[in-house]
Amino acid sequence: MTLMKTLMGAATAVALTAGAALAEPALIFDLGGKFDKSFNEAAFNGAKRWADETGGSFREIELQSEAQREQALRRFAEAGANPVITMGFAMADPLSAVAADYPDTKFVAVDVTWLDAPNIRQIGFAEHEGSYLVGMLAAMASKSGTVGFVGGMDIPLIRHFGCGYAQGAKAVNPDVKIVANMTGTTPAAWNDPVKGSELTKAQISQGADVVYAAAGGTGVGVLQTAADEGILSIGVDSNQNHLHPGKVLTSMLKRVDVAVYDAMKAGENLETGVFNMGLAEEGVGYALDDNNAPLISDEMRAAVDKARQDIIDGNLKVVSYYENDSCPAVNF
Amino acid sequence: MDKMPKWADVVLIPLISLILAAILSALVILGIGEDPVAAVNMMVSGALGSTYGWGYTLYYATNFMFTGLAVAVAFHARLFNIGGEGQAMLGGLGVALVCLYVPWPHWTIALLAACAASMLFGAIWAAIPAYLQARRGSHIVITTIMFNFIAAAFLNYMLVNVMRPVGSMDPATARFNESVHLPTLHELLAPIGINFSKAAPANVSLLVAVLACVVVWALIWRTRLGYEIRAYGHSETGALYAGISPYKITMIAMLISGALAGLMAINNVMGEAERLVLNSTEGAGFIGIAVALMGRSHPFGVFLAAILFGFLYQGGAELALWTNIPRELIVVIQALVILFTGALDNMVRMPLEKIFLALRKGNA
Repeated sequence: MTLMKTLMGAATAVALTAGAALAEPALIFDLGGKFDKSFNEAAFNGAKRWADETGGSFREIELQSEAQREQALRRFAEAGANPVITMGFAMADPLSAVAADYPDTKFVAVDVTWLDAPNIRQIGFAEHEGSYLVGMLAAMASKSGTVGFVGGMDIPLIRHFGCGYAQGAKAVNPDVKIVANMTGTTPAAWNDPVKGSELTKAQISQGADVVYAAAGGTGVGVLQTAADEGILSIGVDSNQNHLHPGKVLTSMLKRVDVAVYDAMKAGENLETGVFNMGLAEEGVGYALDDNNAPLISDEMRAAVDKARQDIIDGNLKVVSYYENDSCPAVNF
Repeated sequence: MDKMPKWADVVLIPLISLILAAILSALVILGIGEDPVAAVNMMVSGALGSTYGWGYTLYYATNFMFTGLAVAVAFHARLFNIGGEGQAMLGGLGVALVCLYVPWPHWTIALLAACAASMLFGAIWAAIPAYLQARRGSHIVITTIMFNFIAAAFLNYMLVNVMRPVGSMDPATARFNESVHLPTLHELLAPIGINFSKAAPANVSLLVAVLACVVVWALIWRTRLGYEIRAYGHSETGALYAGISPYKITMIAMLISGALAGLMAINNVMGEAERLVLNSTEGAGFIGIAVALMGRSHPFGVFLAAILFGFLYQGGAELALWTNIPRELIVVIQALVILFTGALDNMVRMPLEKIFLALRKGNA
């Protein structure tokens, strides 16, 4: 926040003389908000790291409404911000309408890989690979042989997470029971910790003793309930191990922060095209720090690191939900 | 009614309310360590300082005109329709069905069809609470607000399970065909030599909204039906005595109200997004209540109040873009204006009435 404060005066001037060329990067947070402790916050952390390291500054907006998606893109592009970084698949449609009007501006789309435009850097993550690893850890840590999955909004992307998770769990223990629930079918499902908590309780009553939350802000409720009820949970996107030290088994890292950091670092010379960030690119992974070190035994660590290497080498293939819109390991 | 001169009722009260809201907002902005003068400057220049800003202001204003008129018509029959949100959602569904599944040769025909469909859907959605009020006495406030939730759930079902293109993650329909693209103000004004911003979403629906204001004015004050609606609103028993059927007036007023709220969809769904998204109404149905209250249920007042709220929305977006005032506080500022102009109307009105009464006594 403080780094933006110094900009306040300058921003006023810029708003009055919009169009002045200022090659500052801009970051557009999705409706979930900047401090969702997950996806958007990871982006903010990446941007902050870049700003701290380079002393640079960036513009940002937390979207309030659908109409603002296109508006924010155009305003930042017209004010000379470059690159303009957007978060989430919902920006795909406005981007496809806007990008061609600003050929000199580079856009970055996180979680979008299907657009056809020369000036967009599209970044997709191999969430199924990272989820596979935390799925293995979940099955190894589970004593009851039942693991849970709480998704956010029921969209292919979240099934993609759950599918990798289920495959990982089944790889460790073919008899494992996987309980999967989605929070809802609307964007509100990204920010409903109360529902997340209820789903967690329901899964506990079905025997789950490790629950993986891939649900944005809803996951805060999942992790809280898991900690309260004395079972383990798995965080997502950002490293959430610190939220409940010793109660969060691990977090599936989706290095949105790295993607944003790299984009800002490259600045105007950003390479465009479609980029896939998997285990090999360290775009996804599992979190290991002081908070969860006692929970992960050497055996578990060795098994997961071997699987990780196998996936990178191509010896182990995690089936993607996108391939034929279904999952071999679990039904949603 | 005649406690105050008309000009005080129409101009002075909204003005004082606005000033009060502005003072409180300034205090809020000061409280978080920002400069209120710079913020106001930014809002004004961002919303009114360019054709781009006007384009967004008028786009939002168009939405609010439709929903404001919808609430105003119902007000005249003393019916509090707070279901504008749901009626506009259903209107959007009507527009989407018409635009997606019929190959229109030209946008003019498509616009007429979309108007008809959105009004029909909105009216149907208002008809059920209206019937329940007229025949069963279920209070319209309760039923209309409940129907907002039903509309949201229904739209959610339609978008997630029926209308979403295969493989899409967004709960939204496909983009409409090019042929139903409504001309924006840029395209309308270019032939007469005015270079209006290309990026702004204000479109031909604005003219429809202005036309709707005129039609509603004529309906309420120049027709027999309008007279009956107003008579019913002033006194139900009086109207009954004059042979006006409460059932008929309740139904008709609510059908018109629902149709007007539904009509908003030609602006936000057909004109701006060109596809139906889940939260396309974005609270415009509720803003319509504030707009109608502030406009004293008169179409011209609604027109002005809608532009004011359009300004607040667009100005708020500019604040979010260029300052680090958090978006929650921008909502607070918008809410303060709504609170003062809508809900706290009497706080200004009562003391003013006393002052005017005292003045009159002094003169007499």
